[in-house]
Amino acid sequence: MPLPYIPNTDADRNAMLQEIGSEFVDELFKDVPKECLNVEFKLPYPLSELELKAEFKQLSNNNASLDNYACFLGAGYYQHFIPSVVDHITGRSEFYTAYTPYQAEASQGTLQTTYEYQSLVCQLTGMEVSNAGMYDGGTAVAEAALMACRITKRNKVVVLSTVSPMYYRVIDTYARGHNLPVEKMGPDSVNLDLDHACLIVQQPNFLGYFDNMKTYAQKAHDVGALFIVIFDTISLGMFQPPGEYGADIAVAEGQSLGNPISFGGPGLGIFTCRREYVRQIPGRLVGRTIDTDGNPGYVLTMSTREQHIRRERATSNICTNEALVALATTVYLTALGKGGLQQIAELCYHKAHYAAAAIDKLKGYSLVFHQPFFEEFVVRCPIDPQRVNEALFKRGIIGGLDISHMIERSMLFCTTEVNTKEEIDKLVNILSIF
Amino acid sequence: MQHYLLPDISQPGKIGCTIPSLDVSPAELPPKELLRQDLELPEVSEVELVRYFTALSKLNYGVDTGFYPLGSCTMKYNPKWHEDVAKLPGLTSIHPYQPATSVQGALQLMFELQEYLTEINGMDATSLTPMAGAHGELANIFMVKAYHQRRRDKKRTKILVPDSAHGTNPATAAMCGFETIVLPSDDDGNLALEGIRSMMTEEVAALTLTMPTTLGLFDPRMIEIAEIVHNKGGVLCGDGANLNSIMGKVKFGDLGFDCVQLNLHKTFSTPHGGGGPGSGPVCVKSKLSDFLPSPLVAMNDGGYVFTEPAKSVGNMGTNYGNFGVMVKAYAYIRSLGAKGLREVSENAVINANYLKEMLKGYYHLPYDRTCMHEVIFSSKYQRVKGVHTVDIAKRLLDYGVHPPTVYFPQIVDEALMTEPTETESKKTLDEYIDIMKKIAEEAEENPSILHSAPYNTPVRRLDEVTAARKPDLRWEIKGTKL
Repeated sequence: MPLPYIPNTDADRNAMLQEIGSEFVDELFKDVPKECLNVEFKLPYPLSELELKAEFKQLSNNNASLDNYACFLGAGYYQHFIPSVVDHITGRSEFYTAYTPYQAEASQGTLQTTYEYQSLVCQLTGMEVSNAGMYDGGTAVAEAALMACRITKRNKVVVLSTVSPMYYRVIDTYARGHNLPVEKMGPDSVNLDLDHACLIVQQPNFLGYFDNMKTYAQKAHDVGALFIVIFDTISLGMFQPPGEYGADIAVAEGQSLGNPISFGGPGLGIFTCRREYVRQIPGRLVGRTIDTDGNPGYVLTMSTREQHIRRERATSNICTNEALVALATTVYLTALGKGGLQQIAELCYHKAHYAAAAIDKLKGYSLVFHQPFFEEFVVRCPIDPQRVNEALFKRGIIGGLDISHMIERSMLFCTTEVNTKEEIDKLVNILSIF
Repeated sequence: MQHYLLPDISQPGKIGCTIPSLDVSPAELPPKELLRQDLELPEVSEVELVRYFTALSKLNYGVDTGFYPLGSCTMKYNPKWHEDVAKLPGLTSIHPYQPATSVQGALQLMFELQEYLTEINGMDATSLTPMAGAHGELANIFMVKAYHQRRRDKKRTKILVPDSAHGTNPATAAMCGFETIVLPSDDDGNLALEGIRSMMTEEVAALTLTMPTTLGLFDPRMIEIAEIVHNKGGVLCGDGANLNSIMGKVKFGDLGFDCVQLNLHKTFSTPHGGGGPGSGPVCVKSKLSDFLPSPLVAMNDGGYVFTEPAKSVGNMGTNYGNFGVMVKAYAYIRSLGAKGLREVSENAVINANYLKEMLKGYYHLPYDRTCMHEVIFSSKYQRVKGVHTVDIAKRLLDYGVHPPTVYFPQIVDEALMTEPTETESKKTLDEYIDIMKKIAEEAEENPSILHSAPYNTPVRRLDEVTAARKPDLRWEIKGTKL
């Protein structure tokens, strides 16, 4: 049976082979060692579209989708409302099936939307420069640490202990590659010296509450270290952006801005910095310029930082990034606009506070922290959180993240605008059983 | 070409979607110093938004638009129904931290994909976690570093990289603190064996090699190269960027590679999205499997679970890699099977060799031998008339074709790296051949046409020098009080 993705027929192939001067296709593989050619490949028998769609349905049904469960799980990846326009725009195949805009004249769509992306991200964060995006939040913060080491010519990285353990692991992986020591410091024991390249702080932190960022910025700047902030995107609809409290580099996971959770990937590494550091930034940048007729247009720019020009002296090895996710983010921020994003942030804030207050009132449950928070909060449970989660799951709810290994019998709950009052009340009701 | 930007169509009071109202009683607001003073984002209605972005999409060129022979990028057609299955709610609306027992379908898919990729590459284990090709390269070099460290072999500070390699190869070596040693290619486009023999010392941690090479050639002395590297205790790292020519025909493991990174978005036909998301799994032989990036998916009595390799180099990203891309690659492998993958490679190689034969009289062919999935021409003949590769590329745009990769590999002067892929018909190739012949004729008779090309694109040649010197990287609208 011919394959739908290979348009040539046997007649086409024979005609082409004749032009090439080969009788058999394997003559074209003559440089491959004979003993290695045409070996057996044990793969499942090919299936038609109809058959395989049925299998995929099965695979999909074997997952508890958030479409069928109320979800109070966050910890870095969040369920948020995605307007339909986002998918319709990213689904346009001119965007979808293009690649990196090396030929600017045929890629103005990708280039101009990336320029819009960089602009919107700067507006949101209060930072001066944004690149076109990194793989995800974890790699963005790891690359930020490497960038800080390049700028300060120092090699010690400090991570505040309230940074997400998922991010910490990525920083640690990248730092080991570079032989950079990483130190974890508690909020009350930050003690920097002249060997430290950067202080990395998350706002709101992994446990959900807001820290006094100006104090940390001061501590970093006092010793000439850079202040690296991991921010939460949606919270910036309400809360102070990193550009206003002294961040030198600010990064985030961009998934919340118009992208499905998708089992944790693809995400988007938002990466911003102060203008003076732009020549040390990793990844792609799009700039506005003019063409030979004097009309405005857009190009990939400052490429001398990048691997395809600078090779071993590049600021990073990153090439392909998450362009389509950045496009979704651009459309999302445009659809919401200033008022929409503020309203979404406020919905998250009020619903989370409603949920937190109701749970705090339950016998045996208490909020662990009392600092201001956005949409996540830590609850101490009367019993092992895993048992609480099992009970919730049976009743159609995916509960919070069990963080008992960090704080005894505790869970990190998240409430966003997608959680209805009914869902929250149901959660509280089930919790009250224990 | 539309010259306006979002702030130009923004008007106070507009919005592009609806927001639900608050259904709980509002809480007390946090202290004012935590709140932002202003937020200025464009305000655009839904219809204006859709028209703005639709107009921009029309300025783009994708695989669905037409022929896109961008060498080394494998711009093949992406089956539409793979996009549909990847959108099933059970595959998109699942949280990375929900219990493993509640995502058995996702884990099964990842487990089976690991198995398929291990088999396709003749390796022993696979980690799906890297999120692009260069990210997979990084995982490979992290493993090389950890492997030698574990053996307490501290003298290996260098990595060999061929002169024809992608820039990501040396950049990756540098990210892991290795010194890059450049290996020369010989006149036939193969690695100079004498060069490898003399440079492959016990200070070398690994040789990173793209096979087929970035010159689109299969090095006939592959087995000898692997032996030289292994005899000196080095690791042979494969860059799988060009797997599309040998998939289903040859296994990296059989050729002596110890690890290889893949590009699912290239070889396994997931859309390139204007530059990602990609997916860059790494497949390794058993000597490296304990070092694989975390997590892997394993099967036990109770079902599928995440596991961490004993000496894992760590986590490459926040979660488990680009799951959304894996789904499409899985669909591709399942819909083609072993026989289909073999046909893909064979057709990709036939198409490239056909272009080579039909155009070699018109464009200089630096390596006149059987190529694999891509063919490198140069504009050496045209240079006599003052026409350069960039001029030919820009002229192709006027004829409605996306140009090949230009000026790469850097060891070929004025390179035009052309990768037709298997998803193009003879008819499309013949049309391209005609266009290329016509451009060669224009270069001969009227080179000035080429110097000023393109004419028919939304913009003409852009001033890249000013863009880099005086970077304009964003628009700015000043904030108003919230």
